[in-house]
Amino acid sequence: MPDYQKRIVILGATSAIAEHCARLWVKDGAVDLTLVSRDLGRTERVAADLRVRSPQSVVLVLEANFVDPPAISQLVDEIVAVGAVDTVLIAHGSLPDQAVCQQDLTACHDALTVNGISPVLFAEAFAGPMQKANHGTLAIIGSVAGDRGRKSNYVYGAAKGLVARYAQGLQHRLAGTGVKVVLIKPGPTNTPMTAHLKQQGARLANVEDVARLIVKGINQGKPVVYAPGKWALIMMVIRHLPRVVFNRMDI
Amino acid sequence: MKSSQLGIAYGMGRSYGDVCLNPDGVLWNATGLDRFISFDEVTGLLACEAGVLLGDIQRLAIPRGWILPVTPGTQIVTVGGAIANDVHGKSHHVLGSFGNHVKKITLARTDGTLIECGPAMLPDWFSATVGGLGLTGVITEAEIQLRRVAGPWLDTETVPYANLDEFFALSEASESAWEHTVSWIDCISGGGGRGLFMRGNPADVGPRTVPQGHNLIVPFVPPISLVNRLSLRLFNMAYFNFKKWQSGRAIVHYEPFFYPLDNILEWNRIYGPKGFFQYQSVVPRALGRDAVQAMLGEIARSGDGSFLAVLKTFGNRQPVGMLSFPQPGVTLALDFPNQGGRTLKLFERLDAIVREAGGRIYPAKDARMPRELFEAGYPLLNEFLKYRDPGISSALSRRLMGY
Ligand SMILES: Cc1cc2nc3c(=O)[nH]c(=O)nc-3n(C[C@H](O)[C@H](O)[C@H](O)COP(=O)(O)OP(=O)(O)OC[C@H]3O[C@@H](n4cnc5c(N)ncnc54)[C@H](O)[C@@H]3O)c2cc1C
Ligand SMILES: NC(=O)c1ccc[n+]([C@@H]2O[C@H](COP(=O)([O-])OP(=O)(O)OC[C@H]3O[C@@H](n4cnc5c(N)ncnc54)[C@H](OP(=O)(O)O)[C@@H]3O)[C@@H](O)[C@H]2O)c1
Repeated sequence: MPDYQKRIVILGATSAIAEHCARLWVKDGAVDLTLVSRDLGRTERVAADLRVRSPQSVVLVLEANFVDPPAISQLVDEIVAVGAVDTVLIAHGSLPDQAVCQQDLTACHDALTVNGISPVLFAEAFAGPMQKANHGTLAIIGSVAGDRGRKSNYVYGAAKGLVARYAQGLQHRLAGTGVKVVLIKPGPTNTPMTAHLKQQGARLANVEDVARLIVKGINQGKPVVYAPGKWALIMMVIRHLPRVVFNRMDI
Repeated sequence: MKSSQLGIAYGMGRSYGDVCLNPDGVLWNATGLDRFISFDEVTGLLACEAGVLLGDIQRLAIPRGWILPVTPGTQIVTVGGAIANDVHGKSHHVLGSFGNHVKKITLARTDGTLIECGPAMLPDWFSATVGGLGLTGVITEAEIQLRRVAGPWLDTETVPYANLDEFFALSEASESAWEHTVSWIDCISGGGGRGLFMRGNPADVGPRTVPQGHNLIVPFVPPISLVNRLSLRLFNMAYFNFKKWQSGRAIVHYEPFFYPLDNILEWNRIYGPKGFFQYQSVVPRALGRDAVQAMLGEIARSGDGSFLAVLKTFGNRQPVGMLSFPQPGVTLALDFPNQGGRTLKLFERLDAIVREAGGRIYPAKDARMPRELFEAGYPLLNEFLKYRDPGISSALSRRLMGY
């Protein structure tokens, strides 16, 4: 019988942050990876790269609908039917243009859906089977933007805030079980999602470093992981700024 | 890549001059194209995207018994950059340049077309793109034939030499039996010419402990250049004597042997805010000794010695690319602190020697060569121009090709 391979499922597997997490996982040894995204072709490229890096790993690719609840439910049922999962990473998300969201309710709705509702539905679909198996780590990528609403991106921030409050509740529900829930809050990171910010000269964290902190946080089962770590402190200050001061800040 | 402005691909920016710069246009960062596509462990054929770093390939392949046949003196460069400059390494006399091992290139043109080319498929496009300075399109993928290797170790030998005649004799004697040769040459003491010849072969020595790669960072740009006449003289003396003392045979890990500067991050900062210039030429063998001697003479006279001067013979083979730098002969690579006009004057005198000897200058390390010297050194330039992508332009192309 072959050695036991850790089973990892990634939602939004084409995300740069998630892809770098996957590279770290296959580097540590052979794993059984299930990559889920909305586009099979692009996910296959990610899978091919991981297979070259780790020929011993098993890498499966699935295409999914990320917003339809019955489709999500069916997909997760199929994944857990094969066997118990050790780690789930819910990574998908998209940074909307705040100004557009203010003008166009459809854009606003889509941003709230993909960043807030969709990840929560995936997490909820996995939580039941994982609780039953009494095993595994469920990691969800939120954002520092979810820590306090700001005029420059509060629609995205609200969706990420939804994820944070959801994760908090799920942690409460699963406390004392064998299931860990990890909420990840990256700071601004150099990925395709922030390419336009980089052009404007924003300082962005290196995606490899962020992925390393996420993988470490998941291994330790930490309830909240800020990546890079300094954002824990920065956001604590931001959260506690009195409203009179905060409202005068142009952030 | 869709944009009205002219652009140029950008890898890790390890070129010293302006090949990868485009002050009035856009830069297409290729480092996001960092995925492997396939690797056949039986044949050693690797396919990857163009932003993959050579160092990542080495770390992936060496434990599986394969190695890049050609790498430059740093492994922090992209596959696309290595192709676009058709880079050379210590193995040129045996294995040629990087392009000799590329089996296929996928090139994205700004008109939206994709061109697949290789030695056996659209060889003219291949020959234009290898060494093509990024001007024929953006390389998105490549297939590279790796070379069998037993492990990460090399059997190396360091031999001091007293003058250029000894250098050429050592080169001649080493070329058939040693896969890697390079030498460090002292440009300052006694009119120059003494140096250390280093050679190496892959060694099958079984598992050993790999040295810890401690990174040394030059943490800030010192207000003035730390490389001045005095420190240079001291450095050259110290380096020469230290290494001479170490000369002889040793089993060495490939990283310190191939990429000695990669552990000194931001090492270029020692030159201070004005930075530095590189000057690398190749001159044909027949006139090589005299031309190198003449260049060393000019450098010694100027007193602006070179911190890192590298002298190596290239093998007797024609390069793949129309604008590839390596040609049969001997190459001298020099580093100078930027002393403004004085340094540029010295370069003009070096140019005259290179021109006279029928040599050429390496565009990857150039920011100032006269257009006429470029045209004289690269006789296939006119042929090359037919393959340029009209949507691509760099500071170098405008300087040396007019657009
Ligand atoms: C310490 C050190 C040692 C070195 N030693 C050597 C040596 O021994 N031998 C040697 O030959 N060179 C040497 N070099 C130079 C270096 O190897 C080359 O400049 C190399 O091409 C840099 O690659 P890069 O990825 O940084 O490309 P860049 O410097 O970013 O770009 C170089 C060229 O490649 C083009 N390019 C980059 N990516 C693409 C792409 N995807 N598609 C099309 N064009 C592209 C750019 O437009 C540009 O013309 C050395 C450099 C350093 C810093
Ligand atoms: N980068 C940052 O600065 C930063 C900061 C804080 C939080 N985050 C969060 O980190 C996570 C990963 O982002 P990233 O930086 O790695 O960005 P990325 O590389 O752009 O990845 C975004 C991922 O989300 C998927 N996605 C986007 N819109 C989708 C939709 N409508 N339906 C389904 N999938 C969709 C993308 O799929 P396709 O490949 O198919 O487009 C891709 O897999 C996201 O949740 C993001 O909000 C990022």
